[in-house]
Amino acid sequence: MHPAPSVILFTTLSGAGFGFLACLSLGLLPATGWAAFFAWGLAYGLAVAGLLASTFHLGNPQRALRAFTQWRTSWLSREGWASVTTLAFVAPGAAEAVFGWPTGDWTRVTGLLAAAMAIVTILCTAMIYAQLRTVPRWHHWTVPLSFLSFAAAGGLILAAPGAYAALACLILGAVLMLQFDRGDRQFALAGSTLAAATGLGPSVRPFAPANTSPNYIMREMIFQVGRKHALKLRGLALILGALLPAALMLTLPSGPVASALAFASYLAGAFAQRWLFFAEARHVVSHYYGQV
Amino acid sequence: MTALPPPSKKKLGLVIDLDTCVGCQACVTACKGWNDQGYGAPLSDMDAYGSSPCGTFLNRVHSFEVQPEGAEAQIIHFPRSCLHCDNAPCVTVCPTGASYKRAEDGIVLVNESACIGCGLCAWACPYGARELDGEAGVMKKCTLCVDRIYNENLPEIDRQPACVRTCPTGARHFGDLGDPESPVSRLVAERGGYDLMPDLGTAPVNKYLPPRPKDRDRGAPALAPLSDLKATGLAGWLDRLLEKI
Repeated sequence: MHPAPSVILFTTLSGAGFGFLACLSLGLLPATGWAAFFAWGLAYGLAVAGLLASTFHLGNPQRALRAFTQWRTSWLSREGWASVTTLAFVAPGAAEAVFGWPTGDWTRVTGLLAAAMAIVTILCTAMIYAQLRTVPRWHHWTVPLSFLSFAAAGGLILAAPGAYAALACLILGAVLMLQFDRGDRQFALAGSTLAAATGLGPSVRPFAPANTSPNYIMREMIFQVGRKHALKLRGLALILGALLPAALMLTLPSGPVASALAFASYLAGAFAQRWLFFAEARHVVSHYYGQV
Repeated sequence: MTALPPPSKKKLGLVIDLDTCVGCQACVTACKGWNDQGYGAPLSDMDAYGSSPCGTFLNRVHSFEVQPEGAEAQIIHFPRSCLHCDNAPCVTVCPTGASYKRAEDGIVLVNESACIGCGLCAWACPYGARELDGEAGVMKKCTLCVDRIYNENLPEIDRQPACVRTCPTGARHFGDLGDPESPVSRLVAERGGYDLMPDLGTAPVNKYLPPRPKDRDRGAPALAPLSDLKATGLAGWLDRLLEKI
């Protein structure tokens, strides 16, 4: 699948943003005043920047609001609703922390709801990919698990630098290894073959393509550059995304500097992993083009 | 609404005969021609006269080679377009309701004025039947020539999809696959028509007819009977004369 930069930015930034929002809403980073303004602002910023980035690849972004209408069937639409609901539930807690408005116990309720909805949002994002039977590598439970692990690690690095954040990073590393391992088998397990795609029996092989220059389908769904570097990118994702942040969390004194360094590394690892997530995924339509 | 309607009684679709298709691309051209001027945004071409042309097509013809056991290798031309699936995954993933399946005849269509061009439906389709138009930024797909088949301004003979109307070998058939007595349904039953990628559960309406077994090894060269011909008349006299020299 074509790794569109807008979608990579969207899934990584909004994943970390919603993870951070969930941590803040659960009260993991007790800050007030300017510190709170920057923390909640960063969390909101990441989440919203990611959501905005997701509109960049649209053919007709001016109609993006229509995407809220089909929540009954579409994970993409559900994701829209879940993200907006999360941002709304986050607001009272953010206002209390930043402006010191006395709000009483009910911000704890909205905070819990915000954290729950943040998790739902991340799951909806993951399901946009995991629902697709046409991309066997994605059609697996390790995909939502990996999106959740990324969000948890990113959120904890920013909100609660220390042992718990390190643990979340190590869990993320283990989940990534599981996802790589399971993902590699999915295409074969799905029984996807040119014989099934054409009904022409086991001896069938491509003879001549339908067109001589690449078309939309080939550009969007048959992308092979990433596979060549798959091992290196997996290593980068594991080291930068999980191991280095975990080491930084355990060795540096807990604080903004540790968070910033670890988050920078985490984000680089997340970009590598997400690029590969797309580049490595094979769509069953590749059979017709003889490029599996 | 992108929820799928309950299965319709009428299921309009195509039956494609892989035995008779000669890969002439007439259906591709006719489809492009008709859909340049009719329903929705015209199918655009980008860099049409440049070094890397790329255009939107709703129908493409691939060629495959098969090697049946104990027989000569065969080239199979394989037209590929929307199969108007009963359980269309492209419809349910659509966030805006632009992608829909008609309850009355099962045709899968895109309401272009509601399409945001996110491309998720094209990802969900196993058959590569949807292409995002490079010019209009909306998803294009086979409409089964919905603007021809019900069009009373056209002579009755033209009220079928452009690809079917134009096919010079009669390899494409259009009809109601929901009616077991329709000519297309009987053709499918007779010839063992099948679904593409049946395991994915999309329940395609369009069917493909397998190539008939042919070119079986008869134990002797196919042209052997011809080498025995006796020339007659002037040619025969010449033949006998030349033999004697």
